[in-house]
Amino acid sequence: MMAEDDSPQLTLPVGSRDHIQGPSTAGVTLLEYGDYECPYCGAAYPIVKELQKRVGASMRFVFRNFPLENAHPHARQAAEAAEVVGAKGNFWAMHDLLYENQRALTTDDLVGYAERSGVPPPTFRTELRRPVYGERVRQDFESGVRSGVNGTPTFYINGIRHNGSYELEELLAAVEAAGAPAQGPPPGANRSRSPRKRTVG
Amino acid sequence: MKANTPSRPSASPSLLPPGTPAPDFSLPSTPDQKVSLSDLRGRPVVLAFYPADWSPVCSDQMGLYNEILPEFEKFDAEIMGISVDGAWSHAAFARDRKLHFPLLADFEPKGAVARLYGVYMEKEGESARALFVIDRKGTIRWNHLAPTGINPGAEGILAALEGLSRSKSSK
Repeated sequence: MMAEDDSPQLTLPVGSRDHIQGPSTAGVTLLEYGDYECPYCGAAYPIVKELQKRVGASMRFVFRNFPLENAHPHARQAAEAAEVVGAKGNFWAMHDLLYENQRALTTDDLVGYAERSGVPPPTFRTELRRPVYGERVRQDFESGVRSGVNGTPTFYINGIRHNGSYELEELLAAVEAAGAPAQGPPPGANRSRSPRKRTVG
Repeated sequence: MKANTPSRPSASPSLLPPGTPAPDFSLPSTPDQKVSLSDLRGRPVVLAFYPADWSPVCSDQMGLYNEILPEFEKFDAEIMGISVDGAWSHAAFARDRKLHFPLLADFEPKGAVARLYGVYMEKEGESARALFVIDRKGTIRWNHLAPTGINPGAEGILAALEGLSRSKSSK
């Protein structure tokens, strides 16, 4: 039995199947299990963007699907849509559009976002009906269940579940503690933040 | 939303340990139905004690279990949530969150079953977040107490259920 304060670990290592932003040489890997219709994931979306800006190439970011179908009726199809566009090589554009338009996730909406991500509507509609994308989303989901996902979003830093909040300061501190130094004072930084972090020029 | 500073429940509950026969109980699952643990003998049972209905998130502990019911069904396991809320609160909560498994009302006498399992928190007047996996013969085989503010995932439950099916098939 796991000790109570041992945080669960990722059971499916980050690999070639994953959608990864940032260099493979990055010392820190931040992985999110997320749901495109979940408002908390929507709140975390700009925070991750800001975090990426602050720590730069010392961190890579991985996104896996964890759609909560009972709570969010559009979540699974949105996840599949991102995978369709991902298979065409433009996952992150679609991922970003979905989070920036969380409240508009009907099939027609998805067709529009896919088109803006470079996948023509007829291709997208055909692909979206193929079972391979649903299977992919299901694999992500199961890997999350086995890895201790306990809500959305759930983050892992270098394979260990992050049990703290995903507020910028806390996530940044955790990522820095794992070895990704912030790259100098960010523009418009929160002045109340303690200046204890290393700055790399 | 996750809490910032996880900590142990205030008055550390002492959970019934693995190997203990699971105390039987009979609690309302709806305003006019009751469930007895002994009715489920022959199937693995997951008891998920939690503090209260209506925690303000879309993917809390019960919501998560709801999403992964098919995983529990693979083990023929029955999962039941238990809190001190009344049957009417449970009914409204289950409807709102579209939950497809029973929530039991440990309401009168308040927290009696939570006390039996060693997970009642006197000061809060609620149960801790605690999990038990009970085998087909009614023996507790695994337990887990979640630190306050941290939802337990399902990985521990599933590992325990796997352990049960392994020990069953090896006999």
